[in-house]
Amino acid sequence: MTIQFNNESFRDDYSFYNSERAIKRFPFPFHEDSYMYSVNMEQHRGGPVDSVYEMRFDVDEHYVSEMRDRAMVLADDPLRCQSLPHMTLAGWDLLELIMVSKSEDYPDLFELHRDGNKWRWINKPLGIDHSFTFLDEATLPCGPMEYITRQAQGDFAVLDQRDDNLWMDAGMVTTQADWSLDFDIGMNFFEWHAPVPLAHEKGIFVRALKFLMNIQQGAPARRLNWTMTVNPLLDTSPENYHKWGIQKTELTPQNIGAKQHLRVELQTFFRLPRSNALVFPIRCYLCSFQDLMGVPKWGRRLHRVIRDLPEELATYKGFIDNRPMMLDYLKDFDDGLPTSPGIWPELDTEPPLTR
Amino acid sequence: MSGAEKITVKVTEVVPLNELVTRFRFERADGGLLPTFSGGAHTVVEMHDGGITRLNPYSLMSDPMDQTAYTISVRRDDEGRGGSLFMHQQVKAGDEMVISFPVNLFSLDLRAKKHLFLAGGIGITPFLAQIKQLQRFNGNWELHYACRSAALGSYADELTDHYPNETHVYYDDEKQTIDLVNLLDGQPLGTHVYVCGPKGMIDWVRKTAAAEGWPREAIHYEEFLAPQPGKPFEVKLAISNKTIEVGENESLLEAMERENVDAPYLCRGGACGQCETRVIDYAGNFIHRDHWLDDAEHAGGEKIMPCVSRFEGKTLVLDR
Ligand code: HEM
Ligand code: FES
Repeated sequence: MTIQFNNESFRDDYSFYNSERAIKRFPFPFHEDSYMYSVNMEQHRGGPVDSVYEMRFDVDEHYVSEMRDRAMVLADDPLRCQSLPHMTLAGWDLLELIMVSKSEDYPDLFELHRDGNKWRWINKPLGIDHSFTFLDEATLPCGPMEYITRQAQGDFAVLDQRDDNLWMDAGMVTTQADWSLDFDIGMNFFEWHAPVPLAHEKGIFVRALKFLMNIQQGAPARRLNWTMTVNPLLDTSPENYHKWGIQKTELTPQNIGAKQHLRVELQTFFRLPRSNALVFPIRCYLCSFQDLMGVPKWGRRLHRVIRDLPEELATYKGFIDNRPMMLDYLKDFDDGLPTSPGIWPELDTEPPLTR
Repeated sequence: MSGAEKITVKVTEVVPLNELVTRFRFERADGGLLPTFSGGAHTVVEMHDGGITRLNPYSLMSDPMDQTAYTISVRRDDEGRGGSLFMHQQVKAGDEMVISFPVNLFSLDLRAKKHLFLAGGIGITPFLAQIKQLQRFNGNWELHYACRSAALGSYADELTDHYPNETHVYYDDEKQTIDLVNLLDGQPLGTHVYVCGPKGMIDWVRKTAAAEGWPREAIHYEEFLAPQPGKPFEVKLAISNKTIEVGENESLLEAMERENVDAPYLCRGGACGQCETRVIDYAGNFIHRDHWLDDAEHAGGEKIMPCVSRFEGKTLVLDR
């Protein structure tokens, strides 16, 4: 499958767009008509053809533009990429995982040639052809984690595992939903999750941590998380809140369909072999309300989920003020018909909108 | 699905090291490369011994970066339930076996300024891989290795030859012992201590270190508990709606597997927590042998780790 890469922006003129294909494969995060936090984890072993679950690291039409946006964020704020000294080996593990996965999953886009520790990496979309020595930092232009995550969509948290906990000791974080690596660096699983409402009381984090610490080599896992973003912004960081926070007030009944985006994170979890660290790639997908409404099942369901979402969650996710306007828009796409279980669009079997 | 991913391997070498210990070398049956791993990892080896399937964990001792083969060393345990006897008596070069992907419950703390290894007997094996890993990255380490006698000191000579400055060997039969208090006292700030050996040794190191004011996080230990034989007992499994008998030479986990009950596990050695099972009702005594539950939980009678723990008494009903 050849991918046509978009030339688009995630800032200023927001020329970001989704093709028909991208809309159809959007990871809609609701498998039923309501939503509550849960330990929603499953194995990450492929999925339907051309879905975002199919490959270990999904590469899509936004790849080249997203990498350009990441470079701009890093130029303004180098602290978005940090790695404590003991995490270098985990960085090499991650570089190997991504290079091996991408070259096997997308042989027409990426090539990896290995002769012992002499490696040659070819990244055709980004025009990179680089030979280096595995495990020798001097042969890369920057640290191994930074090198490879400048060439991979999504944020990456690299967690050290020790003392029965996970520690955020390295990461590349430029496309985050309002949290900061610079703030969280060195924290453990419970510390960085402290701001999340309701989930602690439900025991979700205790069970999630046990599950994560038992993730083994060769058996990755995944889950979806979601929030809302006005304008297709990748970088909704606390550091830049002064720039994007205000845009939430610019929503009107006329522009909401185009400006309001559902932001979905495909979160995966891989055990890293040499370091025994855990890597947590957080891949962000954006889709405007008007594009989502083209799928009747998603229109019906999104209205019901947003309408019934507990106030604490709407507040934490930062859209409580805009919820009435969202519902006003979404209600026109909910005719009350039942929806089929599961996240897939079911365009062939789900009835069209009857109003 | 329970346990880690599996790999089919061929036994390519069986080398008796001394009266008690034999080394096995595994290569992938399909000729491919094995996964790399981190020092301290183990693999779970499947053994088909008559009608019984045994799954025993063994530390990987080969170079973690060497993907062509894994090696393990197995100490014969004449008292145990037979897993090590099977390895010693039945397994021959050329056999196919199934092993798990590497799992590490005893990894290095890579923040450490220095790694101080304390090994007792066959507990030397995880350190062999960790030493190879640290050598590659110029890590700072020191080994203190206690064994019964020179004849039973597996790998003691190689270690002394290769790393004369780092290796210190102690022979019980020559009345040599590790002077632990002084050893701990002389360590630079940022040292982490790792101990692998018999339970008594682990307890001694943990207690001594605690008394000397060492932080808990700086002391790492691994003791593989092979499940011990014990009196047969009966268990009721509430979810599966079955009553099963746990035989003298099998663990509760193995008995559930024999009856096709899908019971989770990972380490099968009482360390990972994966097999934790809720007790619904009981009349009798638990024989807890795991490292996962704390003392209060052991006394509480609400949980059991079926991979290593047993029960003696009238009734046991589990949520499984
Ligand atoms: C090691 C992997 C993980 C990392 C690095 C991570 C990191 C984070 C971070 C940084 C936040 C934002 C907190 C804030 O407001 O500052 C967050 C939120 C959250 N995390 Fe995790 N997390 C991980 C795994 C999990 C897992 C396995 C669960 C499973 C239930 C989970 C559940 C949540 C929930 C429910 C939220 C709130 C999200 C929202 O409502 O938008 N996390 N996580
Ligand atoms: S399987 Fe690991 S504690 Fe029982």
